[in-house]
Amino acid sequence: MSADHLAETVDRLESVLEQVVGFIYPNEIELQWSLLIVIYPYITGLVAGAFILASLEKIMNVKEVTPTYRLSLLTALAFLIVAPLPLLAHLGHIERAHEIFFTPNLSSAMAMFGFVYAWYLAAVLLLEIWFEYRKDMILWSREESGLKKWFYRCLALFSTDISDEAVAFDHKAARVITMIGIPSAFILHGYVGFIFGSIKANPWWSSVLIPIVFLASAIVSGIGMVMLLYMIITPLRYKKIDMVCLNKLAEFLLLAIIIDFSLEMLDFIHRLYEAEESIKILSQMISSKLMISLVVVQLLLGTLVPAISLAFFRFTTFPDEIRKLVYFLAGILVQVGIFSTRWNVVIGGQLFSKSLRGLTVYKMTFFGLEGLFISIILLVLPFFLLYFLIRILPPWRKAKEAGQS
Amino acid sequence: MKKGLKRREFIKKTAIALPLLSPAGIMLTDLVRTSCAWAGTGEVSGYNPLDHYYGMGIHIDRCIGCGRCAEGCKKENLVPREPFFFRTWVERYTIFSNREETEVDSPNGGINGFPELKTQQNILRAFFVPKLCNHCDNPPCVQVCPVGATFKTQDGVILVDNEYCVGCRYCIQACPYGARFLNPLTATADKCTFCYHRLVRGLRPVCVEVCPTQARVFGEIGTRSSPLVRFRRMNKISVLKSDLNTEPKVYYANLDGEVR
Repeated sequence: MSADHLAETVDRLESVLEQVVGFIYPNEIELQWSLLIVIYPYITGLVAGAFILASLEKIMNVKEVTPTYRLSLLTALAFLIVAPLPLLAHLGHIERAHEIFFTPNLSSAMAMFGFVYAWYLAAVLLLEIWFEYRKDMILWSREESGLKKWFYRCLALFSTDISDEAVAFDHKAARVITMIGIPSAFILHGYVGFIFGSIKANPWWSSVLIPIVFLASAIVSGIGMVMLLYMIITPLRYKKIDMVCLNKLAEFLLLAIIIDFSLEMLDFIHRLYEAEESIKILSQMISSKLMISLVVVQLLLGTLVPAISLAFFRFTTFPDEIRKLVYFLAGILVQVGIFSTRWNVVIGGQLFSKSLRGLTVYKMTFFGLEGLFISIILLVLPFFLLYFLIRILPPWRKAKEAGQS
Repeated sequence: MKKGLKRREFIKKTAIALPLLSPAGIMLTDLVRTSCAWAGTGEVSGYNPLDHYYGMGIHIDRCIGCGRCAEGCKKENLVPREPFFFRTWVERYTIFSNREETEVDSPNGGINGFPELKTQQNILRAFFVPKLCNHCDNPPCVQVCPVGATFKTQDGVILVDNEYCVGCRYCIQACPYGARFLNPLTATADKCTFCYHRLVRGLRPVCVEVCPTQARVFGEIGTRSSPLVRFRRMNKISVLKSDLNTEPKVYYANLDGEVR
């Protein structure tokens, strides 16, 4: 680390020191997990949520959401590719990151990340997408010429069989993978929750409910994101939005919000009722540091407003145009809400001292690896990836069967 | 035909073996590197970690808050001077008689001493508490380190290998005592080592050495003749945050319940 960087860190910490309330341990003035670590669970949550939505169609046979099936898979993949980047960018020694794979400490929850990630990417998502698109890729390779032809041939791993039996096998395989995929998606995000929930030193994190709350909020954000994408992409293709599908998505989103909200309230009430040693400082933190991000953004704007509006406009008679508008706004609010949920967990867990006697502040930087600028890039990157994925593997363009003969 | 098959078989086998070999190769290199590193510590060849098991005792009543321990530690271990990085520090507790909230402060870790108390009224008592890594027997920091860069030595000391640490800071989050920090110079986790480089040469940690009131007692936990055993026999002992089951090896005599 350069002397400039050290000086910059010290300047920042000095201004934080002035804003410390009460007593915090001297080493706690530097907040260790920054905005990047907020983005990490947000993105993995979107992966798990989008996959769960896809599995609704495959396993639960919810045919109404079929138009979003492939889009959900591609969304999950786009976000999954980006998921490890905030973690890597946050490491003090990025060049040693491979040690987490090669010499993992088996008692460390974090060491399992590589394996959970690799399993989910390779054994679940890529496989399911491959089986889902195999027939189309073969047909596209027949339609196209030149480089594109070879590209699709490679993607199809040079398979050429599109007989009915082969396609039936694809469907069966995709179904089996989804069955493995659901618990895997649960593990992927529940595990992220466990990273926080298992820290007994931190009373804000240490809770058995955290992994489950993470999972529920992941499903909320995933369904919300796919709904938003579907509503944005469909008009861009000059197609009509399928209202049956959209209504179903809104119903599932509402259901997920209710489950998520109930769990969060359970956690909240449980803490208040038990009123352990930490309750004083945590209440102080909520009422001073997290008032906006927790009470206003997460609970009010991110949960109650979308839940009530979804329920009201879905189950009373309104013109489709109004419904679409409400769903869209609810979708956006849900994203903002879940992002602040992550913020409140990650940053909130570091704003109070483990001496339970004081509060500190988080000073976000703009430049630098852990700054706002990189964070924005990391949040936008999945959408670019999704754009390319959609160009390569269009979710809606089932290939012409003409090539079959 | 036979030749072709052989070649195909070779390629197939290589394709399977390569990914298996590469992690193994890296692990092997690591192993060799580690052994070389151990072999390089020949200068303290008489030291056998299995013969020792260390702990520290702290007489709360003896500490005068001079901060020499924190100062000495920074000098000895080249800890950055800025007031955000401490391997050891001193806290001052002021307890009031009128049920007012207990006040705690530790300006610059106590290195420059402590300012006059803001109020002299209603003070029941005030005292100093030196803090450092508790070298827990059941260390949460070691449990969570993803690469095993932080570990417990055979003589009971918790160390960080700063050539191995990836700088994820999970250990800093897992430490209930705020005893760890990210060293801005190495970008790795840093903490008290009980001055391990001194221990292996038969010397005591610097903070113990420089304390003018002998508030810090260092020694073996198990040996009967150890000053630490005497300290534990003669005093009522507490450890910090015992409910977390970290089993600290830093023992406090006459620790007040207000200290966290």
